[in-house]
Amino acid sequence: MEKIVNQKAWLLVLPVFALVAFSAIVPLMTVVNYSVQDTFGNNQFFWNGVGWYKDLLDPSTEFGGRFYASLLRNLFFSATVLAIEIPLGILVALSMPRDGWRVAACLIILALPLLIPWNVVGTIWQIFGRSDIGLLGYALNALGLNYNYVSNPLDAWLTIIAMDVWHWTSLVALLCYAGLKSIPDAYYQAAHIDGASRWAVFTAIQLPKMKRVLLIAFLLRFMDSFMIYTEPFVVTGGGPGNSTTFLSIELVKLALGQFDLGKAAAMSIVYNLIVLIVCWVFYTVMTNVGAERSPEAGGA
Amino acid sequence: MARIDLADLAHSYQGPAADPASWALKPISMTWRQGGAYALLGPSGCGKTTLLNLISGLVKPSRGRILFDGDDVTPLSTQRRNIAQVFQFPVIYDTMTVAENLAFPLKNRGMPRQKIAERVAEIAQLLDLTPYLARKATRLSADAKQKISLGRGLVRPDVAAILFDEPLTVIDPHLKWELRSKLKALHRALDLTMIYVTHDQTEALTFADTVVVMQDGMVVQSGTPQQLFEKPEHTFVGYFIGSPGMNILPAAVQGRRAHISGHPISLTRNYDRLPAGAKIEIGVRPEFIRATSPMPTLLSARLERVDDLGRIRFAQVRVGEQKLAAHIPAGTNLSGTDVGLAFDPAHVHVYADSRLIEGTA
Repeated sequence: MEKIVNQKAWLLVLPVFALVAFSAIVPLMTVVNYSVQDTFGNNQFFWNGVGWYKDLLDPSTEFGGRFYASLLRNLFFSATVLAIEIPLGILVALSMPRDGWRVAACLIILALPLLIPWNVVGTIWQIFGRSDIGLLGYALNALGLNYNYVSNPLDAWLTIIAMDVWHWTSLVALLCYAGLKSIPDAYYQAAHIDGASRWAVFTAIQLPKMKRVLLIAFLLRFMDSFMIYTEPFVVTGGGPGNSTTFLSIELVKLALGQFDLGKAAAMSIVYNLIVLIVCWVFYTVMTNVGAERSPEAGGA
Repeated sequence: MARIDLADLAHSYQGPAADPASWALKPISMTWRQGGAYALLGPSGCGKTTLLNLISGLVKPSRGRILFDGDDVTPLSTQRRNIAQVFQFPVIYDTMTVAENLAFPLKNRGMPRQKIAERVAEIAQLLDLTPYLARKATRLSADAKQKISLGRGLVRPDVAAILFDEPLTVIDPHLKWELRSKLKALHRALDLTMIYVTHDQTEALTFADTVVVMQDGMVVQSGTPQQLFEKPEHTFVGYFIGSPGMNILPAAVQGRRAHISGHPISLTRNYDRLPAGAKIEIGVRPEFIRATSPMPTLLSARLERVDDLGRIRFAQVRVGEQKLAAHIPAGTNLSGTDVGLAFDPAHVHVYADSRLIEGTA
């Protein structure tokens, strides 16, 4: 067939192209530009090539050491909150009522933490954990526990993890609840007739049917926790010492605190790449899970 | 193996205090023979699924008892009733293979591994599932999945009855016939009581030796397909079964005669004692009314349309305002719009307030 060639069609793409250019491409290229230069202020820039990247990826340098340390903290933080929030969310969803006014009540209570702005969440926990006026900090100290998130790194970590669990378990629970609601009654009835135990119902029906929502929950929670900034910044400011300094906090320190634009730019590019790779892996996994369900030849 | 007795069984989803007319299942008492093939037939919302769920124990009755071989099982849970149920949509366990699906009920009951494998192989053979045993069950077609659901019931050696809740809804039409024949063959081979819920009369009449017709929470008639066809006990059975359904005509009945629009039709029995004030109707299947050319002795009607079903032709006619269907004998050609209707007196039934009246000899 003869293809109609009409170059005017490009004009139709132009507005979107302009929009994307200003929202993504231009800022990204600016960062790329910074990442290959060094500056000493006064808007004077010097070519540095891939120097920052070399430093960044070499753990023996001061810059690289800081990067790897905070990357490790990020990964540990994400792993911990996922390990807590996913099972806890499933548990909450499983124990939620199935009908009546209690459903609405539960949904509202669960949704509340999700509606609070992140810096407010941070402030709430910052005050909540204080040993002089905070309910949690005061109570723990009154019980004889020496809890102080300002000076003790372990306490700081526990506080931040508790805060994230409080803030985001609802999201996992709501997603799982939606997944559970979509299971037809016949499955439970059949399992009942088949004599399945509660555990067998969970592993044979509920968990497989929740697989897709769990994947989404996992993805969202990983991305969010990996990019966490506001809450720990408000609560601990990255301290005590550097013990809760995540990549995002490190980045802000470099770029705005030390005005090391080159280093910060190189770090953001690598940070961004890590996020992209994780996205890609999840996307691949998810589409494969979808393909697995497509009907194949069969029948008896 | 069990005979199932229902003793004054009734159910209301609003609880026992609800208005009796609103009950999903009005009180019934009946017996299901061991090894019988039953169909529960009725329109949507007539209570047939409720009855099925009461028997399987998924729903607890508001009233009455269920007995298996004389033992009261009403308080027992589904697991302890030796009942298998196949649902409208195939239920399979996604993560398991076909073999694991079939083994699931046995595993839950703690059967030894060796025994499970034997049973699964046996049932797979019976259902032609052997080639698929190692496959993931999710990847199979709807009819294979439905066979797996059935297999999970058959695999249990102690199963007394299998209940089917419209099991062919999601099956392709050309496979429906095949699966139904399979069910019939299984029933013959296994001596199991089977209860089959459907709203499709063809399915009911081809599957069951006893068809139980329900309407509005009540059993209106239970009998063989032939009884339902030839002698419907309720006008609802008359027009629900058969295609086209029975003609139900308001009539004046006196002794051995019925009058329709002033035209007399003779009856084989005497109907002297009809209940006073009841709505009297006669019911005749289209198969037992012949449509021919008009004659003075026949009821005259206006021909509206001829439906040619291939094997048989039906004339859709009108007597006054009343529509009815009659068959056209082979070789008869109707010309014009006037036809005469000849009734076969042996198959004219009299109904008072929709219930069949047995005349006296």
